[in-house]
Amino acid sequence: MFIIKCPYCGERDHSEFNYGGEAHLVRPKQPTELSDDQWAEYLFMKKNIKGLQYERWNHSHGCRRWFNAARDTSNDKIHSVYKIGEKPNK
Amino acid sequence: MTNEYRLSSGGQINRSESISFKFNGKTLYGYKGDTLASALLANGIHLVGRSFKYHRPRGIFTSGVEEPNALVQIIKDKGKTDPNLRATQIEIYEGLNATSQNSWPSVNFDLGSINNLFSPIIPAGFYYKTFMWPASLWENVYEYFIRKAAGLGKSPTKKDPDIYDHCYYHCEVLIVGAGPAGLIAAKTALNSGKKVLLVDERPNFGGNLNFSNKDYNKINELAPLEWIKKTCLELQKNKNIKILSRTSVAAYHNYNYLIMMQNLTDHLPDKDKKEKIRQRLWKVRAKKVILATGSIERPMIFDCNDRPGIMLSSAVRKYANTYGVKCGDNISIFTNNDDAYETAITLHNKGVKVKSVIDIREKSDGALPKKCNELGIKIHWKSAVIYTEGYKKINKIHIMSLSKDNTNVVGNKLKIDCDLLCVSGGYTPAVHLFTQSGGKLDYNEKKHYFFPKKNTLNQISVGSCNGTFGLKNIISEAQEKTREFLNISEAEQFNILEPERGVFENIWLIPSNKISGKTKSFVDYQNDSTVNDIKLALREGFKSIEHVKRYTTTGMATDQGKIANMHALGIISEITNTKLGELGTTTFRPPYSPITFGALVGRNVGQFFDITRKTPMHDWHEKNNAKFEDVGQWKRAWYYTLGNENMYDAVQRESKAARTKAGILDASTLGKIDIQGSDASEFLNRVYTNAWSKLAIGKCRYGLMLNEDGMVYDDGVTTRLNENHYIMTTTTGGAATVMSKLEDFLQTEWPELKVYLTSVTDHFATVSVCGPHSKKILEKVTQNIDYSDSNFPHMSFKNGLIDKIKCRVMRISFTGELSYEINVQANYGQSVWEKCMAAGKEYGITPYGTEAMHLLRAEKGFIIVGQETDGTVTPVDLQMDWIVSKKKYDFIGKRSLYRSDTMREDRKQYVGLLTNDPKEILEEGAQIVAEVKNKPPMNMIGHVTSSYYSPNLNKSIALAVVKNGKKLKGKKLYVPMPNKTIEVIVSDTIFLDKEGKRLNA
Ligand SMILES: [Zn+2]
Repeated sequence: MFIIKCPYCGERDHSEFNYGGEAHLVRPKQPTELSDDQWAEYLFMKKNIKGLQYERWNHSHGCRRWFNAARDTSNDKIHSVYKIGEKPNK
Repeated sequence: MTNEYRLSSGGQINRSESISFKFNGKTLYGYKGDTLASALLANGIHLVGRSFKYHRPRGIFTSGVEEPNALVQIIKDKGKTDPNLRATQIEIYEGLNATSQNSWPSVNFDLGSINNLFSPIIPAGFYYKTFMWPASLWENVYEYFIRKAAGLGKSPTKKDPDIYDHCYYHCEVLIVGAGPAGLIAAKTALNSGKKVLLVDERPNFGGNLNFSNKDYNKINELAPLEWIKKTCLELQKNKNIKILSRTSVAAYHNYNYLIMMQNLTDHLPDKDKKEKIRQRLWKVRAKKVILATGSIERPMIFDCNDRPGIMLSSAVRKYANTYGVKCGDNISIFTNNDDAYETAITLHNKGVKVKSVIDIREKSDGALPKKCNELGIKIHWKSAVIYTEGYKKINKIHIMSLSKDNTNVVGNKLKIDCDLLCVSGGYTPAVHLFTQSGGKLDYNEKKHYFFPKKNTLNQISVGSCNGTFGLKNIISEAQEKTREFLNISEAEQFNILEPERGVFENIWLIPSNKISGKTKSFVDYQNDSTVNDIKLALREGFKSIEHVKRYTTTGMATDQGKIANMHALGIISEITNTKLGELGTTTFRPPYSPITFGALVGRNVGQFFDITRKTPMHDWHEKNNAKFEDVGQWKRAWYYTLGNENMYDAVQRESKAARTKAGILDASTLGKIDIQGSDASEFLNRVYTNAWSKLAIGKCRYGLMLNEDGMVYDDGVTTRLNENHYIMTTTTGGAATVMSKLEDFLQTEWPELKVYLTSVTDHFATVSVCGPHSKKILEKVTQNIDYSDSNFPHMSFKNGLIDKIKCRVMRISFTGELSYEINVQANYGQSVWEKCMAAGKEYGITPYGTEAMHLLRAEKGFIIVGQETDGTVTPVDLQMDWIVSKKKYDFIGKRSLYRSDTMREDRKQYVGLLTNDPKEILEEGAQIVAEVKNKPPMNMIGHVTSSYYSPNLNKSIALAVVKNGKKLKGKKLYVPMPNKTIEVIVSDTIFLDKEGKRLNA
């Protein structure tokens, strides 16, 4: 039900977007050197925080760009949006 | 017309327009402006339904959306019917036909009422306890019994012929409710120059002020109705406001997103409804929201408080003032506040006899009780109604004095005759929308109500929904809060006249002279829950109010406990000795009042339910008897029938022709992604399991794409058109998700790669021609292409021309036959198809559909992603190790192929199955066991993924995934079916042409 401010297009209805899970999970550069546990940690273990969570969104029915959002999962308030590769505003 | 309970004058009805309608088959009359409830009451009809569990007679209780009893079914022609509508909201029109619900055979003689005699054995949780075991009886016995006995309205069985609409709307200020608070808020808000939307669920504005006594309530010297009229006219003149009546806010979501349903034609005579939109669903985004949703009057909880003829005091006042209807001739009033006295005076002034007022309070200093005294109306102070008599209609009340602390009744019992008892237990702020929006409530221990406390949205509550009562307070709060909210400097002076009011006092449960358990004090009328049910639930250990609610079903009926909830909470708090503020409320969920499926669906019905995608050759398929199969949104030709052929015959013929002569398939639906850029090869290396760097220009390669968890995700052939230019094909169903996944990796994981992706699925039509004669056909159709095997071998591509049209031809095969795919600009698709048909005529070219395609590839053991795979299958499971590069450093999913689980030897693996009897065709999805037992459960080791009768091999073939399948080749397994067990032998997955000779036939 929320309104999301795409960093490229501006405020749009959430129905234009797709959710992409937790942000800032860096794909390991050398996956073959990780143990099963380390790989599983990257692949399966997501934080799913109650409160402020940094997450990925895709403006799939708009500019199709991926970006990040800092959302409070307890009330869906989006505190900031920022481009891939950027740091969130604290 | 009779209308013996119609007052001789007054009301907002149009007495010159008489309207006939039917109730339970009987023709009655009312006036334009009546609701079904007011018209029934004018005809002296109170009894409208039977209660849910005990089938007790129930009458009209309220005058609005909160009505728990008067649910009716509206009958329309052509099998159309609307169930569970509230008679208090239905505006009558010529031809209206309504019936009671939940009574059989009739509302006056109801067989189900025998439940009433057994009521001691139908306590809370009765259904849970009685129908617990055995669970197998649920389906046929319990549910039938409960539904028949409970029987709310009947749902329609025919297609809904009405038109519904959706509307998106954006505004700066949305005001919900057009009572005095909402009207003042709107008037004030317009001073800001902002775009305002004002909505109210009722046809008329003004809220409860609409039927206030004009002698006691005035705004700027105007009577309530005059002021409302003047204010509405003023508002309508302003171009910045949009006003919607008969529009109920169903849901209030986060970010000020509200769903509302507007009734457009339900109140019109049938002839005026035609061709018009019945209801419109509004999806509103508001920058700011002002809630002015008002309050709901409370009942009183005492023994037998549910008889017809017991009504809310404000409702009785509304029926008198708005509709000119008296609800009785000999009236008593039971109250704990001064508001009920306004009803007494109103009725008295209209010549209706008010015999007595029973007030739980010691006294009141208000002006209205004083006036009642002067009028000679007997007031029984510090007294309570403890019982009522009368079966289908109340005829007597029993009253006793209250003890000092209100916990007991004392002294002598007094019986008073009456045909109407008005009850007034004070008012509950309507905070439903506020809490839906995420707002938190607080409890006022002195005034006994929950009120809005905190909300993170851009929103305010004003008026009685905020716990503010009294006209003066409401108007000044609405103005002040709106000014502050919208930053408005202008202020208007209001001169308010209203009666001085005494203090309100509250008793949740009126004490009784009977022993506990012998009373029938109803809390939830619609679901028939009593105080004893609540007590029982608490005794049995239910503590959370959410649990008590579900166990007793209090507040769970279609009215969502608009009347019931507050008393249920109050009684629980008293019994458990918990402060109400700590107890909290149950959750209010959307919709606030029921909305129709029609409105929710809007225009998205029938052919507009989902997008239909058709290939450029669709018309040709249709003309040539194709049956279509839905693949995602696509319509794909499934098979083509000749003469009297059935599906099986058609598929056998098509499959045979494709291998012996020539077959032609419409492959336009396959996903196509154009990939360009200097890093395109590296990109493909990373997304596919095999290596791409060494693929020569003009060559094609099959690729398998995995998820990061190592499971097969998609497959298809990719062609290198140029140094930095590829065209990728995906499965039909996977086209959109593959595109998204590739974009995701490019943008987030590998932004350094110079690669550009464009979806071109719709831009090309793809004609696939296969079979021994395919080369000759292609030679006839295309120009500028040398089809010799040396120049144009398997897995390569050529640019060519068809007349003047450019085409790309790939020599690739999904059938195992010599096969070519022609790609042309989409709009030439059908003409190229027709050219191929004409050129192939002499060779017996046969169009084949997706079913034959599936059969042909199964003969070759080629997988279909989504049929052989289900998200738990790795390439190794598919015995496709050959396509997984060991050399590449990394690709999506690589690491997961080396997890202990994916390396397990005994995973389910891809195998072929052959039946002993070559005519026996296995069922797709059938389970496979190694050991047969007499009856289930048996240890299932796999399942059949594909199964066909092969006309080219003259036997049945099947593909399957089976635990440890690689090692079971040649072993016997079993497929148990309901009436037999089929023996199968595990085989290779390639059934035909293992050497691949046919590719170069
Ligand atoms: Zn965007």
